[in-house]
Amino acid sequence: MNVVKLKSRLEAVLFASDEPLKMERLQAIFEVERDQLRLVLHELTVDYAQDGRGVLLQEIAGGFQLRTRPEYAPWVLKLNRSRRTCFSKAATETLAIIAYRQPVTRAEIEYLRGVESGGVVRMLMEKQLIKVVGKKDAPGKPALYGTAKYFLEYFGLNDLSGLPNLQEFTAPDDVALSLEMDFDN
Amino acid sequence: MNSATGYEIKLDSFEGPLDLLLHLVVQHEMDIYDIPIVHITEQYLFYLEQMEAHNIDVASEFLLMAATLLHIKSKMLLPALHTERDDELEIDPRVELVHRLLEYQRYKDGAQQLDEYPQLERDVFSRPENAEQNLAGGIATTDATGEVGLFELVQALRSVLARVVEPQYHEVYVTDFSVVEAGQRLRALLAGREHLPFNDCFSALPRRLEIVVMFIAVLEFVKLQQCKIVQFNPHGIIYIYPVQTDKNNPEGHGQEI
Repeated sequence: MNVVKLKSRLEAVLFASDEPLKMERLQAIFEVERDQLRLVLHELTVDYAQDGRGVLLQEIAGGFQLRTRPEYAPWVLKLNRSRRTCFSKAATETLAIIAYRQPVTRAEIEYLRGVESGGVVRMLMEKQLIKVVGKKDAPGKPALYGTAKYFLEYFGLNDLSGLPNLQEFTAPDDVALSLEMDFDN
Repeated sequence: MNSATGYEIKLDSFEGPLDLLLHLVVQHEMDIYDIPIVHITEQYLFYLEQMEAHNIDVASEFLLMAATLLHIKSKMLLPALHTERDDELEIDPRVELVHRLLEYQRYKDGAQQLDEYPQLERDVFSRPENAEQNLAGGIATTDATGEVGLFELVQALRSVLARVVEPQYHEVYVTDFSVVEAGQRLRALLAGREHLPFNDCFSALPRRLEIVVMFIAVLEFVKLQQCKIVQFNPHGIIYIYPVQTDKNNPEGHGQEI
């Protein structure tokens, strides 16, 4: 199959799909070499990235998906097919803690935030952004939370390495030391 | 509202005691590694008073932090015991608080950055779930993503129940709709079909009780592996797929339940 043909076929399949399509899935559909697929996917991505296009081809949660450009949200929203969802500060904060610290227990989240977080955690569970990933080997076997696949889709991430970098935190020892010196003065 | 005090205070905008403390540290340009504990305790307690003055319930977490601050303050007022200098280094009572504040600051920043990312259904949009396409692909191709979460299932039941408007008068009736019957009805609904949308199980069942009985029947079917409950996308439609039953006993109506 030549590149031009594969490209337009790929575009059609991506357009029709309602979820990010993984490499394996695309390979099964087109029965071509992985390298060839990669090349054509890259070309499509570059095409869409040009000015004047309304959609982008992005790598989401390990797959490929067409998504509208953020700057056109006001018009897409007028389609009225969905409510604009916004998170509260508490929800984003909790989500950030879970994303960076996973696996993490509710008690740990509450210690870090300084407030009770049961309701927020439950809400995030219901929205399928987080899931229980295990039990901590501690008294009471508390549940350990981590992010779910939908979290990646929600924030348009390919994997967790796409999370924003946290500013470097001074190692605990250094803090103690600097305080110590102040104390001596 | 707060013009009387002369302070511009947005009392409700703090996520918790750590958020408030951070705000105070920044506002009063304190050095976070050397927090003047007397000063910050004063400011913190002032805020709590303001909250109470505005009839805002001060959450227990805020009071706990106030106690912690006072505890640290009292510890710092006590003369340090310098018996043998090299024996053990005196630990500054503020250390834990500083750690928590710094940690909190990090996650707060992270959350802020994360919030600025383009979010699905807020800033960016993808094709909404296309049920027909998924169904054409059949259950086999979507094994990995077809699992229904418990929350989703309960939510679906809730939405069906929400449709029922219970009559206001009190009526005593004996329902003759058993789980066995519900099972028969479900089997009839599934017969010859490849799949059945979750909500369709409950069509023509006007009463809450009947819906619950039907729901139990659905769960029974799953337990007996006569059907599978599948959801292709988060928040998508939930489907019931009949599992091909034993060929020798195709007419096994109801007994299994």
